[in-house]
Amino acid sequence: MTIALGPVMVASGCGGTGRELAPFLDLDGVAFVTRSVTLDARQGASGPRVVEVSGGLVNAVGLPNPGLEHFLATELPWLVRAGARVFVSVAGSTLGEYADLARRLSRAPGVAGLEVNVGAPDETGLDLFEVREPYHAASVVAAVRREFPADRPVLAKLRPDVSRVVEGARACHEAGATAVVLGNTVPAAFPDGRPGGLSGPAVAPVVLRCLTETARSLPGVPLVACGGVHDAASARLFLGAGAVAVQIGTALLHDPTTVARVAAELGDDA
Amino acid sequence: MTARAATSAREPLHVDGEVIATKKAGAYRLLTIAAPGVPARFRPGNFVALTVAGHVARRAFWIHRIKESSAFGPTLDIVVEPRGPGSRWLAAQPTGTRLAVTGPLGRPFALPKEPVSCLLVGEGYAAAVLFPLAERLRERDCAVTLALAGMDEAHLVSTLEARRSARAVTVITADGSVGSRGTVGEQLPDLLRRSNAAVAYAAGPTAVLRDVARAAETCGAWSQAAVEVPGPCGTGLCHGCPLPVLGEDGVPRIVRACTEGPVVRGDRVRWAEL
Ligand code: FES
Repeated sequence: MTIALGPVMVASGCGGTGRELAPFLDLDGVAFVTRSVTLDARQGASGPRVVEVSGGLVNAVGLPNPGLEHFLATELPWLVRAGARVFVSVAGSTLGEYADLARRLSRAPGVAGLEVNVGAPDETGLDLFEVREPYHAASVVAAVRREFPADRPVLAKLRPDVSRVVEGARACHEAGATAVVLGNTVPAAFPDGRPGGLSGPAVAPVVLRCLTETARSLPGVPLVACGGVHDAASARLFLGAGAVAVQIGTALLHDPTTVARVAAELGDDA
Repeated sequence: MTARAATSAREPLHVDGEVIATKKAGAYRLLTIAAPGVPARFRPGNFVALTVAGHVARRAFWIHRIKESSAFGPTLDIVVEPRGPGSRWLAAQPTGTRLAVTGPLGRPFALPKEPVSCLLVGEGYAAAVLFPLAERLRERDCAVTLALAGMDEAHLVSTLEARRSARAVTVITADGSVGSRGTVGEQLPDLLRRSNAAVAYAAGPTAVLRDVARAAETCGAWSQAAVEVPGPCGTGLCHGCPLPVLGEDGVPRIVRACTEGPVVRGDRVRWAEL
């Protein structure tokens, strides 16, 4: 399947519910990845959830979300009305939960595709299905793929673990992922030692390494780069290294107009 | 895919701003910023998020005052306490510095429908947010009592101006350098009694907000607290600013301080968890 993704997408967890981004970006036609949705509502972590470090942010937000029911009733219809191409990020504790999410989302009007979150920096703390082994990540993708229409994309979002990323990307693609997103936050720690994930400009070189190795080893697999994109130059770097699209996350927290700005600058290239 | 100009008068803007004036005010720095379009959307209790050179996270500042006319059009004032690297950088910026400004952000203070007595309690730089509120309340014929607190005289905001904004002003310093010596907590019962307030508004450190919320509840008054939970965006995008509250339905929840707040009903906050 060929997919029209890009070239610029809103990364999961950094677009709010969509409403908070809408004053700064016309969402019509924008590929918007939602925050990760779980079957049941999650409160998320107590504070501090995000701490600034040199070159980025360390976060452990804890996947706060209203649960699938509420998401389907409120956030999704709003995004669909705004014209966004909605990619719902899904996360679960068991393969059955992933399958359930995929099945119910396949029937929800307006879902353009799914993004399977198989790269949280610390799935144990979040009570997520353990996906450290590529085989397990692929099982999740397969479970989702079985329940989601074949003509709509399923993206697999992997942790940028340089030593396993090619293996992970291959396994997820073989399990049915339309494209592989590289990467999620890099496992890190808060200054007080709590586990978290690092994002922002500091992770761009790590993602670039993951991207170049994966692109070279798996030339047929569509790759989406996510990590440290904040302007047209950083987007071009990833697109030039083989990504079919880039996702913008942390930069939106710095400048909520980033997606529009980068898209416009890339458009000027054409 | 295009940037959009906010259409509703309530939506925040992201604009290229400029520091128009900067002056020392005790331990703080008062910055006047031109941010086209932002002042016109302002309501008391709003804040702005500013970019700080070399930093990924943004910094949030209460809007202290809107000045209607200057050579630059309407401008906004913020009070900066140089504490961390971001606020120190900002406090040191000269006139002419360009800044990305996002705002106005957040839920503003709710105003009483009737002209009632209101007590406004502010400690430290956060008291800045109460001044435009005092003016709005006065326009509604509310009797405004303003209590300003700080550790010493240098940490009080705009005491001179306070006398213009409120019917009664009480100044409290921890070291007794000016006003009465003590803490807000000690003087609250008296302040509430003397002002006969139906609504108490609070801005300052968590302890002050909590004390005001509790004291108000004891007297049967409503309270509104302007909370500060550090968060990197201020725009509601990242869910990085958790505020534990009790919902209208009595169910405990965590909401985003920057969008569901920063002004919240004092009796709804689970203060012990902050
Ligand atoms: S600071 Fe990002 S959501 Fe509140």
